[in-house]
Amino acid sequence: MSIPLLSLQGLTKVYPGVVANSDVSFDIGEGEVHALLGENGAGKSTLVKAIYGLIRPNEGQMLWRGEVYAPSAPAQARATGVAMVFQHFSLFDAMDVAENVALGMDNPPPIRELSAKITEVSNNYGLPLDPHRMVGDLSAGERQRVEIIRCLLQNPQLLIMDEPTSVLTPQEVDILFRTLRQLRSEGKSILYISHKLEEIRALCENSTVLRLGKVVGRADPRKESARSLAELMVGQVLHTPSREAGTPGKMLLKVTDLSVASPSAFGTSLKGVNLSVRAGEVLGIGGVAGNGQDELLGALSGEIRADSEAVQMDSNPVGQFGPTARRAMGLLCAPEERLGHAAAPDMSLTENALLTGAYREKLVTNGFVSWSKAKTFAESVIKRFDVRTPGPHVAARALSGGNLQKFVIGREIMQRPSVLVVNQPTWGVDASAAAQIRQAILDLAQAGAAVVVISQDLDELLEVADNFAALNGGRLSAPRPVQGLTMDQIGLMLGGAEGETHAAA
Amino acid sequence: MDFGSINPVILIASLMVAATPILLAAIGELVVEKAGVLNLGVEGMMITGAVAGFAVAVTTQNPYLGMLAAIVAGALVSMLFAVLTQILMANQVASGLALTLFGLGFSALLGQSYVGIVPPRTPKLDFGPLTDLPVVGPILFNHDILVYVSIALVAAVWYWLNYSRGGRVLRAVGENHDSAHALGYKVTRVRILSIAFGGACAGLGGAYLSLVRVPQWTEGMTAGAGWIALALVVFASWRPWRALAGAYLFGGIMVLQLNLQAAGFRIPVEYLAMSPYIITILVLVIMSSNRARRSMAAPGSLGRSFHAAG
Repeated sequence: MSIPLLSLQGLTKVYPGVVANSDVSFDIGEGEVHALLGENGAGKSTLVKAIYGLIRPNEGQMLWRGEVYAPSAPAQARATGVAMVFQHFSLFDAMDVAENVALGMDNPPPIRELSAKITEVSNNYGLPLDPHRMVGDLSAGERQRVEIIRCLLQNPQLLIMDEPTSVLTPQEVDILFRTLRQLRSEGKSILYISHKLEEIRALCENSTVLRLGKVVGRADPRKESARSLAELMVGQVLHTPSREAGTPGKMLLKVTDLSVASPSAFGTSLKGVNLSVRAGEVLGIGGVAGNGQDELLGALSGEIRADSEAVQMDSNPVGQFGPTARRAMGLLCAPEERLGHAAAPDMSLTENALLTGAYREKLVTNGFVSWSKAKTFAESVIKRFDVRTPGPHVAARALSGGNLQKFVIGREIMQRPSVLVVNQPTWGVDASAAAQIRQAILDLAQAGAAVVVISQDLDELLEVADNFAALNGGRLSAPRPVQGLTMDQIGLMLGGAEGETHAAA
Repeated sequence: MDFGSINPVILIASLMVAATPILLAAIGELVVEKAGVLNLGVEGMMITGAVAGFAVAVTTQNPYLGMLAAIVAGALVSMLFAVLTQILMANQVASGLALTLFGLGFSALLGQSYVGIVPPRTPKLDFGPLTDLPVVGPILFNHDILVYVSIALVAAVWYWLNYSRGGRVLRAVGENHDSAHALGYKVTRVRILSIAFGGACAGLGGAYLSLVRVPQWTEGMTAGAGWIALALVVFASWRPWRALAGAYLFGGIMVLQLNLQAAGFRIPVEYLAMSPYIITILVLVIMSSNRARRSMAAPGSLGRSFHAAG
């Protein structure tokens, strides 16, 4: 067997109180696309940081083409031939594309030469990019191109990609994969980190699965099913959320020609949104982040006021009502941002339970808080939704993302809403907790509530929703039944190609 | 009222002198803020420079040694702020205010024995016959060296920030320190060096006050010049040449205020004294109302502490 490009041997990294990586070993061959799989907190990021020289492992060693490789800084890793595309882009909004690229290089040529080179390389790889545009004005897909071009200009042997597709539309994913395959055919190796298993099966020929910092499996993803890979990742048999088909009941939520301006400077205003959800129905709303998701949730929750008739609940106009009045009527919402929007980070779970449950759970009498009732309510959410925490006195900030998400979703569901609106209910949540949350949403619909799920995870929407609609630039496409919907059609809807039909209707 | 007594040529020449200390302090603070650090201690660093420069100049009878001492003193006290905010991760606003209060008190203590002394004169540069040119001569060719140094410094900072690798890294650190760290740049080191530069500039600006503009030492003599410099950075929307224009505008207002008083113009001086701040508030309002103008926006990481994770 030939010498691998990069060989990891027994890497261990210990942080105070946490073992992030424990005795991790695997090889990446020349021209190989290698997948690194694992739940949140499995130690993937720590591992790639070690390869990229951002941290130094406590034990173990790495070999680059058979020679000891111990980068002490990213510059050294780059000099060896390792390049990395970060999950959270390491870009600078107020600087142009060329400057951003130059910052990621160790010996950048003068900006003028570099601009020409960026245009050339970006066209060669099918990722057109204008070097003079401000990065702050680019879409997520274009920003990622900046990152990739920045890497490619250094002619790397190993390209590390950390969750590259989480912000892309399906069409953008296709373009990216074409580029990655072109790189492979040029003999470059790619370390691909993702938890989207279908992507990994389409792209990678080898995979290493991490769980709690340890290697728990190696597999050829092309020979495994997505389900078997997921179970390897989670370490238990996955329960697929399901429910019995029911007949939709009466119309509970109706939104007619809803247009509201975004309260934030960089937000997207809603333009003529129409939607309706019946009892027992789940409407899935997809779309790339920043297309009006936050504004739609705000307009439904009452944080953004609209025309009185624009939002109707059970045939009552509620557009002018604030969140508390809508809660009282049974319209509950769980926003995307867990810390700071859905929950107050420094307040305890009891206090957070009180914040939204005060009225419906009667936790306040004559203006005075009944702490014992609030505590009981928080405890019941913790118990039913399996929130792992020492108790309701713990600050929301101290919970892991998945556990806090279970708490904030559970807190709304426990109040028996007749309409529930959730935004990104399983964002950053591991697979087993995500399955649990989805099941709870389905159970709620089964029990006769109308549910709106806003999400960027298309697989999630296809799993829970009856109907699917896409947000694009603040417009909502006409909803279509999920049954029989193909990824291509969804891609077109996300791209706004079908947005106009509904606006005219 | 007698506007005839105000000579526009002398007015312009003297506004350049009046503007130089705030321009020096502002250009230093501009670099600091471009690196993402908000140092509200400009006033404190200026007055420390003023007293240190004064003391050394009087002792050595050499104004240039005094200015050098002011640079060193300004940079040294700024290191107090650097240690607090960059190493101990203290809040930048509180630390900056503390630095101002410390500087005012400390300088008063050091300067006790220098009150009422006349410092050695800082000579004006000799441009020969150029100085005798009408209008242009008094405005452009009849100043001491620091007036020219301050303009050269603006040019140098502008060029360095926009066209050098170091300047690009500094802007990157100020724009998004997490990204800069991920790319392997030393965020803390860049910021400490910027703070030292800002301190040196503020110190020199202070020395200009005590050695040239006033020239003598009195307690609290900066009288808000540091705050004007801070306002100026915002007014200039973090651009060096606009800082120069703003400094001359603010300097002009200060000089005009004195001239109007002398001319018996009946407008309370307080209105003119307020005007730099009012203009700055207006600029802030315009900046926040006009969202599309990214070019006016503050550095993305301004005032945020950087904790290296992992």
